Parts: sequence; C-alpha cells; structure tokens
Amino acid sequence: MKKYYLGIDLGSTTSKAVIINEQDKIIGRGITNTRANYKVAADIAREEAIYDARFTLLTEKLKEEIDSKPEFQKYMKDIRSVFQYRQFKRRMDSLEKTFRDTVNAFHYDNKEEILTEINKIIETIRPQIKNEFVNENLGSKNQFFRDIVSERYNAEVEKAERTLFEPLMLAFDKSITPVENEMVQFNFKELINESMKTLEAKYEGLIDEQEDGSKESWYYAELNAVKDNYKNVEYTLREHIDEIADQDIHITTMVGTGYGRALLPFPEDCIKSEILCHAFGAHAVFPNTRTVLDIGGQDTKAIQVDSHGLVTSFHMNDRCAAGCGRYLGYIADEFGISLNELGPEAMKAEKETTICSTCTVFAGAEVKELLHNGEKRPNILAGLHKAIVQRAMSLIARSGGVRNEFTFTGGVARNQAVLKYVKQMVTDSYGEVTMNIHTDSIFMGALGGAMFARRNIEVDLPTKQKSIETA
Amino acid sequence: MAQEAQKEKSMILQKEMIEGLFNDLANAKELGKKVCYTFIPGNLSELIQTFDMLIVYPEINALQNAMRKKSGGYIKEAERNAHSEDVCTYVKCDVGMMMKGNIGPTGQKLPEPDVLLLSYTGCFTFMKWFETLKREYPNATVIMVHTPYQENAEITPEMTQYMVKQFKEEVIPKMEEVTGIKYDEAKLKRHLKLSAEAEDWITKIFDTTKHKPSPIDAYFAGVYYIGPINIGFRGTQKAVDYYKELYKEIQIRIEKGLGPITPEGEMKEEKYRLVVEGPPNWTSFREFWKIFYDMGAVIVASSYTKVGGVYDYGWRHNPDRPLETLAEYCMNCYTNMNIPQRIELLKKCIVDYKADGYVTNSIKSCNSFSAGQLGMMREIEDSLEVPVGFIESDLVDPRYFSYSNIKNRLESYFQMLEQRKKMEKETAAV
Repeated sequence: MKKYYLGIDLGSTTSKAVIINEQDKIIGRGITNTRANYKVAADIAREEAIYDARFTLLTEKLKEEIDSKPEFQKYMKDIRSVFQYRQFKRRMDSLEKTFRDTVNAFHYDNKEEILTEINKIIETIRPQIKNEFVNENLGSKNQFFRDIVSERYNAEVEKAERTLFEPLMLAFDKSITPVENEMVQFNFKELINESMKTLEAKYEGLIDEQEDGSKESWYYAELNAVKDNYKNVEYTLREHIDEIADQDIHITTMVGTGYGRALLPFPEDCIKSEILCHAFGAHAVFPNTRTVLDIGGQDTKAIQVDSHGLVTSFHMNDRCAAGCGRYLGYIADEFGISLNELGPEAMKAEKETTICSTCTVFAGAEVKELLHNGEKRPNILAGLHKAIVQRAMSLIARSGGVRNEFTFTGGVARNQAVLKYVKQMVTDSYGEVTMNIHTDSIFMGALGGAMFARRNIEVDLPTKQKSIETA
Repeated sequence: MAQEAQKEKSMILQKEMIEGLFNDLANAKELGKKVCYTFIPGNLSELIQTFDMLIVYPEINALQNAMRKKSGGYIKEAERNAHSEDVCTYVKCDVGMMMKGNIGPTGQKLPEPDVLLLSYTGCFTFMKWFETLKREYPNATVIMVHTPYQENAEITPEMTQYMVKQFKEEVIPKMEEVTGIKYDEAKLKRHLKLSAEAEDWITKIFDTTKHKPSPIDAYFAGVYYIGPINIGFRGTQKAVDYYKELYKEIQIRIEKGLGPITPEGEMKEEKYRLVVEGPPNWTSFREFWKIFYDMGAVIVASSYTKVGGVYDYGWRHNPDRPLETLAEYCMNCYTNMNIPQRIELLKKCIVDYKADGYVTNSIKSCNSFSAGQLGMMREIEDSLEVPVGFIESDLVDPRYFSYSNIKNRLESYFQMLEQRKKMEKETAAV
C-alpha cells in the first residue's frame, strides 16, 4: 500500500492541510478559515486535502488524455470547481434550515416577515453563487463558505427594508457559526456524480461563442472541444472513478503545526513549531533557500536556515501583531473592500502616503483622517503596505539579514503590493538576491509538517499507531 | 534521605540569614544602627559594614516583591503618581512600595535611609532613582561615586586612583559623619579577606556545571545562590559558611550523577545545556523556569549571576590594597564591562561549560542590560556557530510577561536544538 503523510497548519486566520507521498511530493491541499472550533477547522482542511489528493490521482491516471486533448483539460478544471459547489450547496441547505430555527427563537413580533425576507435573499444568492462556481471558476479563488455567503447576504440586506436590517444581521451572525462548525460528511463518489450531472447540464446548454479577441484563443479551443466531446470525457472518467473513490488514502503519520497547534488532538511528539515547519517546507520547494520570511495572520517570522533546511536562528514579532495578515484584514474592512482587492488597489498608487501608525487600531483613525484630507485610496493603501513590509524588514535585520536565496511564505505573500515592497526593500538593503515566491506559499507550514511526519515515522512506533487512529 | 536533609541545610541557612537581615532592618532604630540604601552592581558592602551600617537594596526588594506577586500593585501605585510607563519597573515597584508605607517583602517595615550610597553610575536610572528617594527622605545623606566605564576593556591605574580619591575625600568622611564611627582600615581588611574567601567558593560552585549532567542550574537556582554574597553578607563569616555548605551538597550531587533540583523535584534528563544572558523575569519566575526544565534544558552559566561581581578571570577582593580593591570591584561589575568584554565572557562560558545554545532574555525596562544584546548575540552566533534564541520580558512588571509568546519561542528554539543534535548525530554516524 502506498504511504501518505499529512501536515496540518492551524493558523490564526486559515487552517491548511497538505498530503505528500513518499517522495515529498504534494498530492493534496486543503484550506479553510480557522474558526472557534479548531478541531473542525483542522478536519475540514484535512478532508479537503484528501479530496484534492483523489483529484490528483485521477489527473495522474488521465495524464495522457489531459496532455493531448483540450476537452480533458477543460473538464478537469471545471469539475473541481463544481465539486466545491456541491459541498457548498450542502452547507447552504444546512444554513437555510438553521436560519429558520434561529428566527423562530427570536423575540421579534415580525418573525414571519423576517423569514420571508431571508428566504427571498437565499433565493437570490443561491443562483448567483452557483453561477460563479459553475461558470466563473469561483472554486479556484480560495474563498471560504463564510466569506462567500456573507458578502452576498450583506449586499442583499442593504436592499431590504431598513427596519429589517438589525434582525437580518442578527439572524446571520447567529446562524453562520453553528453551520460553519458543523462537520458535514461528504461521500466523494456521490459528490463527483452530482458534479458530473451539473457539468452535463452546463455543457449541454453551451452555445457557440464568437471569437471577439477579448479572450485568448485557447479559451475557444477548450470550449469547443469540451462542447463536442464531453460525453467522451465522462465515459473515460467513469472508468476510473470507482477505483479512485474507493482508494484508501492511507495517512501513515501526521504532524500538526501553527499557532493553534497545542489544541490539536495530536500526540505531543506529532506537534512541531511552525517556525521549523515553514523553514523546512520553504527549503524543500526552494533548496537553496537561506532566509525565509513568513507573514501570517498574527505573526511575522524571519528565519535563517542552513543547507539542510534546518533553522539556525529566527526572530518574530513581539507583544503586538501590527503589520501581520490580520492588520490587512482590518484595513480591508476599514475601506469596505475584500482582502483580495487590497493588493491590486494598492498597485494603482502614484505614490505612497506616509503612514505613521502600524498599530492596527490607530491606523484606522489615520486612514479616516487621510481620506478626509482628500488623499487617494490607492496611495493610502500603498503606504499601509509599505509600513507592513518595513516592520518585517526590521525583524529580518534582527534575525541576521537576508542571505541568498530568500523565500517569502505565508498567506500575505499572495498580496502583490506586499510582494512589490518586499522586493524593493530587500534589494535596497541587501543587494540583488534570488527571491522565491511560490503559488503554494500559504501551504509551506503544512508542507513542512507533512515532511517532518514522513521523517519521524521510524522513530516511535507506538506513537505511529496512535496517529493512525487519530487519522 | 540523608542527602535530602543535607540539601536543605544550605537553604535553611540562607533562609535564616535573610530573615535575620530583615529583622535587623525592622529593628534598626532599637539596635541603634544607621541604614544605608545602595544598589547591587558595584556595591561597597565591606565599607558599609566597616561603619556598622545595615544595608537596604531597593532592587532586591523589588524582585522579592515580584516573586510574591506584589509588584503589579506597587507599579500601578507609582504610575498613579505620574511615573511613566517607560520608567524602569524596579524603580516603580520600589517607589510604589514606599508610597504604601515601605513595608518590605517579608511584611516587616523597612527603615528610612540615613545614607543613599550610589557607588555605580553605569546605570543612569540609579541616579534618578536616588533623586526620587532623596525627595522622599530629605534628611538622608547622599553619597555619590562616579564609576568610570571600561570603555577600552581595561581598568587603568588612573581610573583606580580616581575612584580611591572619591572614597577618601567623599565617601569615608561622609560615612564617618553620619555614623559617628571612625574609619577603621584593619576592620575593612578583615571583611575583605572574608569576601575573597566567599568569592573563591562561589566561583567553584558555578564551575561545577562543567559536569554532565550539571548538578545545578546556574540561572534559575543561581539567582538564589548569589543571594548571600550580593545582599549584605559578602565580607562576613556567614557567607563563607553558607557557600562551603552549598559546595559540599553539590559535591554529593556530582558523586551521585544527579541533575539540578527544580521546584518539581530532580531534573531527570539533561537534554540541552544553555548559557543565558540577561536577568530573569521575576513576576512569573516559576512558570518561566518550568518552560526550561520541562524541556530538559539546564542553564550552565548566566551573565545575570555576575551582576554582583565577575570572578571568572580570578579577580578577588584583596585585603592588602583595601581601597584600590573596592575601586576595581566597582569597575569590574558585569554591566560596567564594555560590549566586547561581555561577548568574550559569554563565549568563554559557552566553551568552558560545553553549552548547546545561547539564549537572551531581553528586559523591556532595563537599558543598561539590554542595549547591545542583539549585536552580542549575532557575534556569538557567528564566531561559535551556536544556536541562539531571543525572548523578551520584563523584570517586575507582570504586564510584560506573555507566557504564550515566550513559550512558543522557546518551544521553537528547543525543537531547533533537537533537530541540530539529531543532524549532528547522523553526520557523525556517516
């Protein structure tokens, strides 16, 4: 039997899971928002990683077809997003039910009116969200159930009667958390069959799109190929699905890391510091890495590693989480935009407004003042991003500076504006160094954890037994 | 069991000594003794004893109050009276205690000072501290000695003469005036002889960490060991007796191959040997210590235990040159050494005691200790290739000890050490 290893990184904002094979290759990734119930967050991330692993195995089986036929490529891309939609739909059903229970327990006189409005909102947002998953690839954007629903729900609440605002918001706040903390068991085979049906409907209804130059030519090539040949893809897929769905993704050992690691139901020696995990993961992906900068939700770490990926020294923020991922979240709220929009907006800046406060709370007041004085939004955002990076740079300096090569990891590494200033300031202070940023940067801690899990295997057999049971 | 009883003997001795000291202080008036307030670094204990004065060490009171969880309230009291959040927390704890009636850590009232003796000027805060005390106790005589900094890593004859001159012209005459006792050099010499003896013993005691496992923890237990020599007993037979007893007990531990004693009993396995720079946190002393012994980490040397005197290179009080030796003592205290000297001393400790790692506990409110610590750490890391760790806390302000932060860092640090050890073993096997 093939052996797989799991790493779970329970961060302050997101929980990540990575499954690797015996060659340290990532075969599955899962990510979800961290919530009050850590165990659920870890379980959801792990379940997602296992589904992702099944897709990876499926993709391996169909490698030849995917490489040679555009319809296979398109189909596999689409089915992942639709698969996510099917999971999303189950939670949405649960949310709808919870809404009813919540409102029924209210002491308002107009319960019926509130319920009618909620139903109306749900009827409006359901097809919106479906469309985004099925036709617009929402699945690849790493947004979580809570974020997706709340964004659209809030938009609809804005349109509702003012008098209903408070009960509608209250109903949402009281309903979303239990739904989010609910561990829903999905059946992979069932979900994938549902997904194929949804896709069938999608492809059946496809009409010829005229090439108008607004999209790349491969887009039309894929579209036409899948429109004509999707039945053939389905047929090939069905040949493998049973095998893939029934295959035991046998997690041999696992390691938990991240700021919430102590709360994971893992044996003590399966818990590792995130500093070691991030460094090890980053080093595995970029073996020449000597300095790692990780900006996570609540801490920033500057880590120096040796040629084996082992940590030689590290430094992290103390007593104050200003300048970390959560700071960006707060700023996004201040501007009323989503976290994903922050970076692109800051990139539009003509100059960086000087921001004095990296204190999260004070920055809010400063931003308001600057906006009031007519400062442009992108410029303020650029200034805020620069301030964050400046804080990170001082930690790097404390840890011993940047050594070639330099790898940037953590959720914040996805932000283009942060990246821009990191590049600028590292080059200014340390000259030209190779700078690595990977699309999987957010998964580095979990990857390192999984790699430690693989290496620990022979060390302690009774523990090994225990971790299998936990898995 | 016999060993257990013997182990306790030094502790009982120390307890008796300290109780006696505070009793004397509480009855200073009745005893007809004058009281001198002074600080630990560069303290002139022998000279003060020559004039039969009792000594109060404000920073010791502050840390003892912190260990008894009283410092938080005192600090708030001082802050209510306009002492800023950034002021040294030893000062605020002491000021707060005075404002609340000057009841010492043992619950007994502390006497008012007759003399405020500042014999170490390397810490600017000390000067401001005594300025505050002078305002509180306008009748106290202030004696200030300027201690030259070892800027060029040496004590020159001119520096010594400069200090001796101050002793002769300022310190001794003022002490004679306050106490009405004539300066007796023979008596001073007797005290100095006993000091040198105690210094020999304490050096031998801290040198026992050469053994594996180390029989003592030179930081967490070390701070208790330095008690008698620092707080008023240096220069007395009592201190010599205490250290002899302690040394004997440690010898027994060595023979039996035992590790250090922790609040939860004997440390079972010595996994990591560390050298620590910087004072400990006093408000959560037990929790702080526990993080180390739970991980099997023993401190084999620390700079903090040298604040009351650096004896590592063989320097001892010399009764043949009484005033000169006091001058050298003042200038030779740890925080009066320049940064390269401190680095050399720490490196010597790491090498001599075969440490696996070096940890800095940087203190928020102590500039004289904390300034330069990061640079020192880098240099030690580069030249010895020893894994270094950095944590931050405070002396006696409970608000600046973040248990989860410190634990997270130390956990990461110990896992890093573990990884290194594993790697070294594997490399050695190949």
